[in-house]
Amino acid sequence: MRYAMAIEVNKCVGCGDCVVACQTENNVPLGYSRDWIIEVVKGEYPNLFMHFESQRCNHCEDTPCVRTCPTGASHVIEGGIVKVAHDECIGCGACIEACPYDARYFHPDGYVDKCTFCDHRVKDGLDPACVSVCPTHCMHFGDLDDPDSEISKLLKEREHYTLLPEAGTKPQIYYLK
Amino acid sequence: MEERLFQTARDIEGLYPHVHIWGFPIATYLFLGGLAAGILLFATIYYLKGKAEDMPFTVKIAPIFTFIIISIGLFLLVYDLHHKLYVWRLFTRFRIESPMSWGAWTLVGVSIFSLLWPLSYIDDIEQYLYRRGWKNLDWITNFIRNLEHRFAPFRWTILLFRKYRTFFAYILLFLSIILGIYTGILLSAFNAHPLWNNPILGPLFLTSGVSTGSAFVMWLSNNKKERKLMSTIDMALIATELFFIVHMIMGMQAGPEAFKEAAHLFLGGQFTVVFWVLFVGFGLVLPFILEGLEMRGFHIPPALPALLVLAGGYLFRYIIVLAGQMSEYPFN
Repeated sequence: MRYAMAIEVNKCVGCGDCVVACQTENNVPLGYSRDWIIEVVKGEYPNLFMHFESQRCNHCEDTPCVRTCPTGASHVIEGGIVKVAHDECIGCGACIEACPYDARYFHPDGYVDKCTFCDHRVKDGLDPACVSVCPTHCMHFGDLDDPDSEISKLLKEREHYTLLPEAGTKPQIYYLK
Repeated sequence: MEERLFQTARDIEGLYPHVHIWGFPIATYLFLGGLAAGILLFATIYYLKGKAEDMPFTVKIAPIFTFIIISIGLFLLVYDLHHKLYVWRLFTRFRIESPMSWGAWTLVGVSIFSLLWPLSYIDDIEQYLYRRGWKNLDWITNFIRNLEHRFAPFRWTILLFRKYRTFFAYILLFLSIILGIYTGILLSAFNAHPLWNNPILGPLFLTSGVSTGSAFVMWLSNNKKERKLMSTIDMALIATELFFIVHMIMGMQAGPEAFKEAAHLFLGGQFTVVFWVLFVGFGLVLPFILEGLEMRGFHIPPALPALLVLAGGYLFRYIIVLAGQMSEYPFN
């Protein structure tokens, strides 16, 4: 089992529904967010191109956050989902320093918080909250180890990229061109 | 041209425009850890070489300070945690992959030994205080005497330590090297920050820590021979540090874009003056020249180069902590 997400950047309209859905589903404190949208503008005027990237924890295969955690609070569960055990976290900040994507932050209660791929929904066979609310259906969640899953087929057929592959983390959020 | 803008608000403290979650407490701790490691390294090495009587300050007196230094460092470490009440979680397991985990365990060992080491020299410390005329400090030794008298287990521990001091000295020597090197490795384990992510940072921090340790002994010792030896050692360490710094920056310059940008922080970027003038100029080159002049017979107060080295060492930790967090992989 290897969970991953594929996001069609040209279908995304940057509405922010995924951000609000996550905040509601996971009780994210006000002012914080586990996912966020970046507007990317490329080219020279008048030939400008724009797309949106919905970003979150990349649930990397090579996890610098889990490696540097001194207590083992940051850990990987089945399906490659990276999680933080709140009652084991001492709030030292090592994982925040280790993440090249700024996906982690200090929760006002002191522990480190981040995207969980909505593992509580996934284990019941549902999509993560962000994926399920997307009005343009630009996000796809699934198992990469299953060759017949929607995401495996999409990644086989379509050109895609990941964020900062040069950081060596093998990120598992794929952006479909 | 490529421009990246936030479409949804994410104004989380300490994340943007670059990660900034470690500051004064961590930088100070890294300095104090290196300093304590340096002092203990000299104490154990000269004890094992059988020079305890020739170098009384280095072997017997200076380690008293390490317990205080480490205590302040530990306080700062805990103070910097955001989930302070869970600090005991550090000691529920040992994670070989996480330098912070071995640091935590090493600190436990070092703080115990750095307390036992001076306790085992209590007679010599008493004499030393008397000889230097610091009689108003005798309440400390009297307190320890009392404790020794009243609590048998305390007395036995000290006797045991005194009896097997050579064995414990080897352990403490090993632990102090780990303590000195781990502060550098701690930072170089973060591949998200190219400036930290270079293998020379561990040896560089160790050298700098040992150099501040020698400066500390040089500053407070009243034994001329001891001071001269420490001054010579410090000169060699400063020279090594300079080589490491050049090597570090050349290595980053020869690397991929993110590493070149990291080097640029010191080569024209915002840390250029503070790094080259204040740290390299006043914290390394100037004390090196002063120590050299003193060896040639000029009269230079030993506190001057020593304090410059200590201030330089502290500034170096601070610069690396701040600049490291600014160096990130560029998204475009």
